[in-house]
Order: sequence, then C-alpha cells, then structure tokens
Amino acid sequence: MKVLTRLVTNGLLETLLMVGASGAVSIILGTLVGAGLTFFSDPALGRDWPINRRLRLDQILSLIVNVGRSLPFLVLMVAIIPFTRMIMGTSIGTRAAIVPLSVGAIPFAARVVESSLREVDRGVVEAALVMGASPSQVVFRVMFPEALPSLVMGFTLTLVSLVNFSAMAGAVGGGGLGDLAIRYGYQRFRTDVMLATVAVLIALVQLIQWAGHALASAIDRRR
Amino acid sequence: MIVFDSVTKTYRGMTAPALDHVSFHVKPGSICGVVGLSGAGKSTLIRCMTGLERVDSGSIRIGSIDITALSGAELRKAQRNLGVVFQHFNLLQQRTALQNVMFPLLVAGVGKAEAARRARELLHLVGLTDKLNSYPSKLSGGQQQRVGIARALATNPKVLLCDEFTSALDPINTKSILELVKRLNSELGVTVLIVTHQLSIAQQACDSLIVIDEGHIVEDGPAQAVLKSPRSRILRAMVTTLAWS
Repeated sequence: MKVLTRLVTNGLLETLLMVGASGAVSIILGTLVGAGLTFFSDPALGRDWPINRRLRLDQILSLIVNVGRSLPFLVLMVAIIPFTRMIMGTSIGTRAAIVPLSVGAIPFAARVVESSLREVDRGVVEAALVMGASPSQVVFRVMFPEALPSLVMGFTLTLVSLVNFSAMAGAVGGGGLGDLAIRYGYQRFRTDVMLATVAVLIALVQLIQWAGHALASAIDRRR
Repeated sequence: MIVFDSVTKTYRGMTAPALDHVSFHVKPGSICGVVGLSGAGKSTLIRCMTGLERVDSGSIRIGSIDITALSGAELRKAQRNLGVVFQHFNLLQQRTALQNVMFPLLVAGVGKAEAARRARELLHLVGLTDKLNSYPSKLSGGQQQRVGIARALATNPKVLLCDEFTSALDPINTKSILELVKRLNSELGVTVLIVTHQLSIAQQACDSLIVIDEGHIVEDGPAQAVLKSPRSRILRAMVTTLAWS
C-alpha cells in the first residue's frame, strides 16, 4: 500500500509538472498566435495593411498551425527530438517531455483562442473601430476582455488535452500517471496500480474542468 | 455640418452601385432623417460615413474634414467627431455602464480620472445616475440605449449618427429615447442624423428629410414639406403606412 501511494504520488507530481509547464507555455504562445490568426484574417482589423501581405501572413500562420495540428502527438514527440535536446539538453525524461507537449499544444491553444475571439459580437468590434479604436486596441481592449469567459473554457479544454497527451510521454522516458499505468498496471499486471492511476486521472480531469467552469462563470457578466 | 458630395460605392462582385452619386448636406444643429427601405443603401451610407467602408468616388465632409481622404491614425482622430448610436446598442458586455462610456475616451488617450468624471456627467445627462456600475445584461433595452447615447457623446462629437437606434425598443422607450435625442440636440447643439426605415420616427423628430431608394436620393427637403407632398413612388408608399401606425 505504501509503495502504491508513493508510485501514484510521484506519477501525479510528474504529470502536474508536465501539464503545468507545457500548459503555461502553450497558453501564452497560443494566445499570441491566435491573436495573429484573428488579426490577419479580418479585413476590418487589418485594413491598414496591404491586402496581399495580410493574406500572405494569414496563410503562412494558418499553414504552420495546421501542420502542428495534423501530426499525431506520438509522431510529433519523436520527430522533434533534436529540437528537444537543443532546448533541454536531453531528450529523455519528464522535463524533456515538456518541450513536445508545449509544441503540440500551441497550435491547439491558438485555434481555441481564434475561435473564442471570432465569437465576439461583430457589432461590438465595429462599434469600437467607429469610435476611433486602433486595430490593436480592438484586439486587446475589446476582443480579449469580451471573450474572456470563453477563453477560460478554451484553456480548460487545452489543459485536459495536455493531461491526455502527457500519458504518452512515457514513450520517450517521461514519467507521469500514463507511464505508470503502462509500466506497472499493464506490463507487470499490477491491477491495483492500474485502478489507482485511472482514479487519479479521472479526479484530475474533473478538478480541472470544475475549476475552469467555476472561473469562467465567475467572470462572465453576460448573465 | 455633414456634406455628401457625389458619393458612389459599389461592393465587389455587385453590378448595381449601393450608393450612386449621393449628394446632400445637413445644416449644423439640425436633426436630419435618412429614410429608406431595406436594401436602399442606408447601411452603406452609414458604413462609408463612419469609415468602415471606403467610397469609390466622391467625398464625405464632417465639419471641415473630408473623412474619405483619411486612413490610419488620422481617420481614427476624425472618427471622434462623429458619435454613433447603434440598433443593437453594441455595448461591451464585460464592462459596466460607466466603463462603456469611458471606453472611447480611454482609447483617445484621456486619463482615467478625467474619463470617469466625464462619463459620470454624461450618464447623469441621459438619466442613468443610479446605474453607473450596472453591467449591460442587467439593464433594459431603453437603459442600454441611453448608455449607447452617452458613449456616443463621450468624445464631444459635432455629429450624432443614429442607426435604426429605436428599432429594438418598445413604443414607450422609443418615444423617450427620441425625446432624449431632441433634448441633447437643443442643449448641446449637436447635429443629428437619424437613419431609419420607420417614417414615424422621422416624422416625430426630424427638421429635414432625405429619402433614399436603390442608392439614389429621391427626396430631400424640410420634413413637413416632404411628408405633406411626397413626389417619389417609394415615399408615397411609405406615407400610407403612417396612417396605420
């Protein structure tokens, strides 16, 4: 029982480290990329840009995001091993797994941010433009604040996906709950480890979802 | 105060122009109505006037500034001479009434304290002194439109452009919002342009009247005279609906 507790606690801490670090990186960078996707695809916001350059940038950004989104996480993880080694100095272990997790989640978070920003009432965006707000003021002082509850829900979705992705980190020697379930629960026939891991994963996802929902509701002024 | 000079606009992929050599002018301090049916070109007229769309040819002057000649920071500065009130209010849902009215001031670079002082003053002017910290979702349609009007006046514009601004309101609120705009017009001397498909609104509030149909101006003159003897087919048809309402 003591060993089981220690194994699961360690696994949970490793999962939290991987999800927390890659979550922070992907939310920050995904927000920037998502803002770019929104800005370049919107003729009203990008009106001061030459139309061809704006559309070119939109296409390039969109292509990069789509490439990132189309690779299965397991493939992405092994494909970028040289990049991981360059950043972390190693390609093995929990800390190394943070790199592919971040890279995998940035495009996801970017699309989440883009769709949240697009949901903002067109009339409100145009009203701000007509009031003399600059495109960047519209994005950062109108669209982001108006979309905040929806963004929080989107980031919750991103974190839950990261819990899912992080279970595959074991394939490159990363730890975490997923790795624990495979190595102990499956390969060593430890049903107790398997059940404990599953229970903790379910609890973790429930907690993230509940917290995200509570926060989004608390900051939503529309009702 | 407002001068449209031969404004023409054709949207991409369309053959018929949405506005075809539209010329008219609005006297300073007056209330002018622009009336037309859906698709007549009212929205295009507003979008060109507010700088959301570029005209193909012609000019639109507000005061002494031709806004069709401007872009970027210059256009944004000129837009502050024009306050716009919208059909669906278009308030920021995540900001209070006070913060909504402060918004155009903050965007223009006015300090927070000064913006809050001016916003309080304006909300008092439109009769919402007790709703400063309410979010739009907690306000009635009529109250939201009062916030919208206060916000439109925040930068002290010379012109107030009202885009179907009573269409989403019940008759009682419509009447009181119209009274408010008339009062603001006489107290502040702001020139008002009311764009509407409801002839009754124009009849109640406007000094002069412009009727627009298929991108052309078909009537232009003092409101009473235009309504008394409509010359165009479209206005004759619209006047018969007045008798019913």
